[in-house]
Amino acid sequence: MSQAAVAEHDFGVEPAESPLTPESWGKLGMWVFLAADAMSFGGLLAGYGALRYGDPTWPIPSTVLGIQLTALMTFLLICSSVTMVEALASIRHGNRDGLIKFLVLTIIGGMTFLGLQSFEWTKLIFNEGQSVSKNNFGATFFILTGFHGCHVFGGVTYLSAILGRAVRGTGGAIIMGVVGAAATLVVIAITSHMVSGFVAILGALAAGGLVYGVANALKSSTGAYSAHNNNEVEIVALYWHFVDLIWILVFTFVYLIGPRS
Amino acid sequence: MSVHTPEQLAHEERRYLQVFFWLAFLTALEIGVIYVPGLPTLAIGLVLVVLAATKAALVALFFMHLSVEKRTLTYIAVTPAVLCVLLIFALLPDLGAITRALTHADRPAAAAHAE
Repeated sequence: MSQAAVAEHDFGVEPAESPLTPESWGKLGMWVFLAADAMSFGGLLAGYGALRYGDPTWPIPSTVLGIQLTALMTFLLICSSVTMVEALASIRHGNRDGLIKFLVLTIIGGMTFLGLQSFEWTKLIFNEGQSVSKNNFGATFFILTGFHGCHVFGGVTYLSAILGRAVRGTGGAIIMGVVGAAATLVVIAITSHMVSGFVAILGALAAGGLVYGVANALKSSTGAYSAHNNNEVEIVALYWHFVDLIWILVFTFVYLIGPRS
Repeated sequence: MSVHTPEQLAHEERRYLQVFFWLAFLTALEIGVIYVPGLPTLAIGLVLVVLAATKAALVALFFMHLSVEKRTLTYIAVTPAVLCVLLIFALLPDLGAITRALTHADRPAAAAHAE
């Protein structure tokens, strides 16, 4: 400990060697980022509420939006949060195979969510005639759920990169990040053309299988994480749980609250 | 957070499953509440907000480990929530503004038609 740090310690000030998150500064950085991001979502939700309140032309959510489908999407994100904490628990046990397995399951959860969201959007735009420029409902709905969907897409890419780093270091992170993002885009593209929720689930399972296959092919002894080195897994887990947390709020405020049909 | 002993990890994994079942149960409850006949819309809305806040708190406390992190980190996480509540209060004067604007816009036309 430096002299300055000793002096700070004597005066009861937290020394520089012991930050809020002793594991890594990256974790603190992620928390600060999430706090800022939460304000973005807070602003969007508050704007949504202000525009919706008292608007007689606002449609009844349950008549326009598929509550059952989005309940399934919510359940999927909750499940993916559980697989994410299991991934972190696995690597803390020193179980790298468990980490890989649960990361792939989390990625599949994210891909399925995006596939189902793409299916929902396709129905709303082409069957219900909704659009971002049609009315306040369309503008707020597509911007809010789209912004969240972008976060899920970023999360799947981030998770894929961490999976790549787990199997083959930095090179693996780049390859798997690209593979994960590309596979997710394919799932979204397919789902937006096929009017069936099952296509999203099957597509995500196939894409997840591809990600798992590529990760296994890349697997080497140069994997980055162990029982004593898993900060990056914890940081990506924070991001993924935040995405889940925000969806819980979006689901309630956009899909559930409102008069009944 | 520095919980790494096998016993503590096993305890944490059991906790994760408990939280998962609570989240699934509360989600099912949310879906059920909107179909309960006879409940006023405001009451349903309040129940839904409480359930959503509970679910969000469960995720933050146990999946994001805020329950075992240093308290300052909790302050960082809670600050945006407080600011968002303030933002909602700041927007209160604007609630229903579009409806009012539409009403005012319609009034002259209706008056002219009456004349």
